[in-house]
Amino acid sequence: MTKALEIQQLRKVYDNGFVALKGIDLSVEEGDFFALLGPNGAGKSTTLGIVSSLVNKGEGSVKVCGYDLATEREAVKRSLGVVPQEFNFNSFEKVQDIVIQQAGYYGLKRKLAEARSETYLKQLDLWDKRDVPARMLSGGMKRRLMIARALVHEPRMLILDEPTAGVDIEIRRSMWAFLKRLNKQGTTIILTTHYLEEAESLCRNIAIIDNGEIVAQAPTKTLLKGKQRSTYVVDVRGTVTIAPDLDGFNSRLLDEHSIEFDLSREQSLNEVFSQLEAKGLEVVSIRPKTNRLEELFVDLTTHSKQEAGA
Amino acid sequence: MNHPYWVAFSAIVYKEVRRFTRIWMQTLLPPAITMVLYFIIFGNLIGSRIGTMDGYDYMQFIVPGLIMMTVITNSYGNVSSSFFSNKFQKSIEELMVAPVPNWVIMLGFVVGGVARGLACGFIVTLLSLWFTDLQVHNAFVTLSVILLTAVVFSTAGLINAIFATKFDDVTIVPTFILTPLTYLGGVFYSVSLLPDFWQWVSKLNPILYMVNTFRYGIIGHSDIPVLAAYGMLLMFVALLMSWALYLLHTGRGLRS
Repeated sequence: MTKALEIQQLRKVYDNGFVALKGIDLSVEEGDFFALLGPNGAGKSTTLGIVSSLVNKGEGSVKVCGYDLATEREAVKRSLGVVPQEFNFNSFEKVQDIVIQQAGYYGLKRKLAEARSETYLKQLDLWDKRDVPARMLSGGMKRRLMIARALVHEPRMLILDEPTAGVDIEIRRSMWAFLKRLNKQGTTIILTTHYLEEAESLCRNIAIIDNGEIVAQAPTKTLLKGKQRSTYVVDVRGTVTIAPDLDGFNSRLLDEHSIEFDLSREQSLNEVFSQLEAKGLEVVSIRPKTNRLEELFVDLTTHSKQEAGA
Repeated sequence: MNHPYWVAFSAIVYKEVRRFTRIWMQTLLPPAITMVLYFIIFGNLIGSRIGTMDGYDYMQFIVPGLIMMTVITNSYGNVSSSFFSNKFQKSIEELMVAPVPNWVIMLGFVVGGVARGLACGFIVTLLSLWFTDLQVHNAFVTLSVILLTAVVFSTAGLINAIFATKFDDVTIVPTFILTPLTYLGGVFYSVSLLPDFWQWVSKLNPILYMVNTFRYGIIGHSDIPVLAAYGMLLMFVALLMSWALYLLHTGRGLRS
C-alpha cells in the first residue's frame, strides 16, 4: 500500500542556526487519521511546512502519496490540501471568490471551480456567507473557509495545523464530524492540535515530536495501553480533612470533598473503592484528572527534556 | 485553453485586474488627476511661455513623456504593492502550496502590472486629447515600447516586493530612484539642451531611452537612436525576469 506520507531522516536548520528537526522519520498510511503532537516549538509546523512547500527542505527525503518532494514537487502539491495555523487569505475578498481563486491555481476551470466551491461551502455551513468579505467572518468561520479552500481540488491528503484553535465547542464538534466523514470517504488526514482530547477521539495513529525529534509513534490505542499510571479524582459525600491512607495507592487531598490518587496498570479501581468504603467514605463521583493522552504527552515530553538536559 | 498552467495564469491575472479595478479610486483616478494638473500647469500655463521644444509645441512634446511616466509608476506600483500585500497577509501561501510554477506566478503578477500601467496610460492619453491634437507617427513603435516598458517596471516592482519586509520598503525605490530618474529622463525637456557632460550622464538613465522612443512613436522625434532603446529594453526584460525567477526559486522573503 502506498504511504500517504513518508519522511526519512528529515533535518532542518534555519538560517539563524536553530535546529528545528534533528533527522526525523515519520510514516503515515493512506486513509489514516493521524495526529502530530508536540509542545510549542517542537517542530510540528516546520515538518508540515516542509511537506506543504512553505518551508525550504533541509536534508532527508519527503514523499507524499509516492511522489518525491525533491523531484516531483508539483505532483506532491496536487496530492495535498493545506489548512495552516494562521489565517492566510486576502481578507478583503469574498468567501466564494477565495475558494474559486484557489481552484484556479490548481488548474480547475471556472465552472468546475464554482460547483466545487458550492459543494464545500455548503458542507462547511458557509454557503450563506459566500458573498461576504472574509474579514467579516467569525474565527470559526474563517477556519472552515480555509478547510473549504484546501479541499476544492479534492486532495488525497489533508494537512491541518491546529484547525480548531480558538473555535468554540459546538463548532469544534461539527468540524470533527466533518473531518471524520471526509476521512471515511478516503482522504488521509494529518493534524496537529493542542487539544489532546481531539487527537484521542479522532486519530487512529499518533506521533509525538519534541525538541525536533519523534519521541513516540504508534496507534493511539497502543500508546494509551502503554501508559503505566493514571491519576483519578473521587468526590466523596461529607467532608474529609486529611488524605485517607490507602494501602498501595498514593493519595492526596484536593479539597474537603475531593481526593486524588494514582493508579498503576496492575491495580484496579475496585481496590480503591473497597478501601474508601472501609474508611466510611462514600464515593459520589469519579473522573480522570486529565485526559489520558494528555498525561502520556506530558510524560513523554518531560522525559525527552530531562534526557536532553542530562 | 485547458492547460492547468494557463488556468492558473488566468486566475492570477484575473485576481490582479479585479484588485486594481475594485480600488479604482486609489489606482486609476489619481494618475488621471495628476496628469490633468501637469497638462494644465506645465503644458498650458508654463508651456505657452516656453513656446516650442525641438520644433514641437511644448504640450505636444511633453504629452508622450507624461503618458510614459504614468505607465512606469503604475506598472511598478501595482506589482510592488500587490505582491507585498500578499506577503504581508500571507495569502501568497495560497500560491506557494499550489502546483503553479514560478514562471507562471511571475508572469501572472507582471501581466497584472502591465494591465494597470496600460489602463492608466490609456486614460491619460484620452485626457491629453482635451489639451492637444495627438497623432501617432509609428503605431508599432508606440505600442511595442510602451508594452516593453510596462513589462520592465512590473518585473522590477515584483523584485522590490520580494525583497521588501515592510511597507516602507515598497515606497523607497519609487520615491528615491524612480521619480528622479523619470524627471531627469527627458519628460519635460530635450537632452540636447544640456551641456555635453550632462547629456552623457543622462544617457546612462534607461528611462530617457523609453521616453524618447515612445515620443518617437507619437511625434516622430527622439534624442536617442530608437534601436538602442529596443536593445536596452529587451536586455532589461531578460535580466529582471531572470533575477525575479531566481528569487522565487530560492524562496527569498517567502520561505525560511
